[in-house]
Amino acid sequence: MAELSVNIGNLQLKNPVMTASGTFGYGIEYADFIDISRLGGIFVKGTTIQPREGNLYPRMAETPSGMLNAVGLQNKGAQYFADHIYPEIKDIDTNMIVNVSGSSVETYVECAEKIAELDRIPAIELNISCPNVKQGGMAFGVTAHGAAEVVRAVRKVYPKTLIVKLSPNVTDITEIARAVEAEGADAVSMINTMMGMAINAEKRKPVLSTITGGLSGPCVKPVALRMVWQTAKVLNIPIIGLGGISNWKDAVEFMLAGATAIQIGTYNFVDPTVSIKVIDGINDYCDRHGFRSVKEIIGALEV
Amino acid sequence: MKKCMLDMKVTDNCRLHHNYCLLKLTADLPLPDMNPGQFVQVRVPNSATTFLRRPISVNFVDKQTNELWLLIQLVGDGTRKLAEAKTGDLINIVLPLGNGFSMPNPGESKKLLLIGGGVGTAPMLYLGARLKEMGYEPTFLLGARSKNDLLQLDLFEQYGQVYVTTEDGSMGEKGYVTNHSILKSVHFDQIYTCGPKPMMMAVAKYAAGESIACEVSLENTMACGIGACLCCVEKTKDEHHVCVCTEGPVFNIEKLSWLN
Repeated sequence: MAELSVNIGNLQLKNPVMTASGTFGYGIEYADFIDISRLGGIFVKGTTIQPREGNLYPRMAETPSGMLNAVGLQNKGAQYFADHIYPEIKDIDTNMIVNVSGSSVETYVECAEKIAELDRIPAIELNISCPNVKQGGMAFGVTAHGAAEVVRAVRKVYPKTLIVKLSPNVTDITEIARAVEAEGADAVSMINTMMGMAINAEKRKPVLSTITGGLSGPCVKPVALRMVWQTAKVLNIPIIGLGGISNWKDAVEFMLAGATAIQIGTYNFVDPTVSIKVIDGINDYCDRHGFRSVKEIIGALEV
Repeated sequence: MKKCMLDMKVTDNCRLHHNYCLLKLTADLPLPDMNPGQFVQVRVPNSATTFLRRPISVNFVDKQTNELWLLIQLVGDGTRKLAEAKTGDLINIVLPLGNGFSMPNPGESKKLLLIGGGVGTAPMLYLGARLKEMGYEPTFLLGARSKNDLLQLDLFEQYGQVYVTTEDGSMGEKGYVTNHSILKSVHFDQIYTCGPKPMMMAVAKYAAGESIACEVSLENTMACGIGACLCCVEKTKDEHHVCVCTEGPVFNIEKLSWLN
């Protein structure tokens, strides 16, 4: 049995396996299938200061080895979260991390302040990379200047662990990563979905109500892995790797590329128990290769 | 009702017509209780283009043989792959999902009409069977393009009176279910329906006009089936988005925006 704990900012994780925002609800949706307290952390659904109805149906298109979504940050707002959801999840024995989104610097700040009041939420993940909202979202995440501006403002009001989720829809993700590191982010998570599109040829119409959407699933893994590797070489803060992870081997690859921890996203839809299998698989891998701690595999890629 | 994921063994896979198959599955342990109108998420093995599970409604649960029946319309690669399953194959299933139809109280004397269109007849069989068990005499009104698309009629007849419409007139009355003469000759207290959305909307409109309580079962495209991804939303009367997989798939039409 290898030592699986890792650290992200001030967070101590039982193991490097967490679940990605927007794919795991508030954790409780999966409690029938697995012991969710075994996870290193749970990133709950994207939250905004005001309630959002999200985009019109249809919001999903399946692709080979993946899917496109255009949910558009549907959520009942930070106050509803604090009043109704937080009491339900605050005693789950893992790191419950809130994914925070906004449409302007001010709304990001307001939402982060609101979540900061909740004792049992030890960290937020700042979502500057959602491709499915008209205002804000990815707009901040595609320039170093925009990313820096949001992170600077949120850092002033948010004293706990601040993770910034990066968009892959950029020319050079390392530039954005360095910009948010310089503004005091404690970690980055990468990557959010890649902008894509699906067409129904018979109807000559787009499949999604928003025409474009975010691509996720195993099809994006090689891109995510490459981006994590490139970024790990230039960053001093930890990276949480995600993008198409569907088994322990994928998770180990991300860690070898330089990720300190990982998130499992879309594959939770295919196998609601996958996250636990990945924890066990990483442990077996470490045992098999004689690593006493999983930390030994972080960035251990031999090139 | 606790949800679970389990490998189920194929006991029979019968092609009912070139476009439909009836898959019968069993499990080592007794199947959990399932309500008519609930659905399961089926993992499709060995299909490169099929990434997500396929949501399929419960067609029938045979307690005696511990069998779950799934009536599958062959729409794309995933469902075509399922149609190739052989006896003895294992198929991974998540169940039971969604809410199901609201059942009347035992002993209430209500005239119940179950309207199914196309593969939407699937959940009506299990609903009819359960209603019959409770002492009701449900009436079925089943619609299809032509007689070849009308499935399991002999089974429906075990549970109640069956009326049929076909678009080409090859069986029953020609036209759509909402044109059938039974709607004029009998007054129903409750309608349950599942089928193509335009059909269900027409049924909902008819029911609202006649002040008949009506429940519809939706099949919006979905990913997770457990309320996590928020992809399968439907708009409610008060303009909110709700998940079909958890708040549905069955909705009282009063709750939806269809009649707005």
